[in-house]
Parts: sequence; C-alpha cells; structure tokens
Amino acid sequence: MLTISLTHYVILSALLFSIGLFGVITKRNAVAVLICIEIMLNAVNINLVAFSKYITPIDFTGQIFSLFVITVAAAEVGIGLAIIIAIYRNKLSVNLDDFDLLKW
Amino acid sequence: METSIYSVIAFYLLAITIVGNAALVVFAKNIVHSVLFLAVTFISMAGLFLLLDADFIAAIQVLVYAGAVCIMVVFGIMLIQAPDMKGTNLFNTQLFAGGGVVALVFAMCAILAGRTAWTDLVATQAVPENTIQVIGTLLMSKYVIPFEVVAILLLVALVGAIVIARDDAGTVAVDEGVKANAHD
Repeated sequence: MLTISLTHYVILSALLFSIGLFGVITKRNAVAVLICIEIMLNAVNINLVAFSKYITPIDFTGQIFSLFVITVAAAEVGIGLAIIIAIYRNKLSVNLDDFDLLKW
Repeated sequence: METSIYSVIAFYLLAITIVGNAALVVFAKNIVHSVLFLAVTFISMAGLFLLLDADFIAAIQVLVYAGAVCIMVVFGIMLIQAPDMKGTNLFNTQLFAGGGVVALVFAMCAILAGRTAWTDLVATQAVPENTIQVIGTLLMSKYVIPFEVVAILLLVALVGAIVIARDDAGTVAVDEGVKANAHD
C-alpha cells in the first residue's frame, strides 16, 4: 500500500545528515563547513518532528525540542561566522587547510 | 494516519527537492550559489514540516533559517571573500575517504531504520489542529526553564559574536594585507 510511514522520514533524514557530514569532512571553505553543519541540524529536526507526529502526537515533545535546536543553531551560526571573520583577519584566508596552528 | 495520495506525492516531491538541493549545496563550486541552494533546501523543509502537522515549526523554519541564517551567511561571505567568487567552494584531498565513511554511516542508518519495528510504537491519536496554542502553553509552563536558558544563550551568543568579530587595533594591518592581495 502506498503510504508514508515513519521509516520514510527517518531514511530521508539519514540521507540529508549524510550529505551534511560529507560536506563537513570534504569542503575546504570554512563557511561551507558551517552551512553543512546547518544541513545536519535540519536533518535532526526532521527526525524530531516526524517522531513527534507519529509517536507522541499529544505531548509535542519533539516539536518543542526542535524549536530549541533551531535557536541553538542560529546562535551557532552567529558565533561561527564571528570566529571565521576573526581568523580571516589574522591569516587572510578561509581555507581550512591553512588553519594548522596546532599541528607540529 | 492520513493515506491521501496527495500527501504521498507531496512527500516525494519535497524529499527530492530537499536532497537534490542539499547535494547542490555540497557540490556547487561557488559559495554564493551554495547559500542560494541552502535557502531552497530550508524552504522545502518547511513544506515537509507542514506535511507533518507542525505549522508553527514551519513558520519558524522560514523566518529563522531562510530569512536570518542565509542572509547572515551571505553577509559573512561578502566580508571575507575576494571579489572574484569563482572556485571559492572546492573539495579538499579527503574526497574519496570522506565519501566512503559517509556511505557507511548512511548504510548503517538506513538498515537500522528499515529493521526497526516502528509500527509497535506508532500512536493512534492525531496531532491537535491548533498547534501554536499548545506550544505556547507548554513553553510557558512545563518548559519554562529551558526557554529562559535559551534566552540567556541567545544573549551570550549576541554579545560573544560582537566581541569576537570586532577588531580593536588591527584595522590598518588588514587594509594593507587586502591591498597586497589585490595587487597579486
């Protein structure tokens, strides 16, 4: 039968999370890594809202939790961009391969 | 649960849009194009939240992600990138190793999601029609302490971002560096 079950949402979320993780591992630009982290957080939000609909429809636990995730993600983007701007000021680059100050 | 054919079609259309645009975010060579595809991903994700009976989350998704986060990232790019945006978003040398690891992660998640018996857990009730009312009451009663903590977190993030990004004395050095880069 042609219905959309919880499994569909979980697999979509896993696929989106994998795309974000791939970007985090393989991108060279620090801003690109930041937006890939956003994709990963959004994948988690899909999971939370889907579980909220299918398993606890009355309690709204997942929806409230995803609201908090959205807030923390917004704060994370602000701080992340500020850090990238501060690093750019010192090294004049946003290439993550240049940020090897801790390597010895 | 709703079994309407329209919701099935809407799910697949939204899923294809989301995954395709997320892939374009990763594979685009220009970082500004990446952010534009990211905005499309976020808006179609809001459509998916509507499909999941979460209209308030969908509205917040459009406001915060498509509105604020994308614009903020574009501002950041404009502050730090060279005038020429070509090839600003390339891959590093770990392309195939990263791809292998990520394929393993996805395969594991998909297999586990397929093998879990979700049907035992699924509740029979439907989500209430008026979600905003319930969420507002819950945020101000049961979840009031996390709500206030998140408010403090936002304040700290605001002040912290300003403190980190502000330059105290380095303006002259940066201007010289940018000029030197422009001459190259």
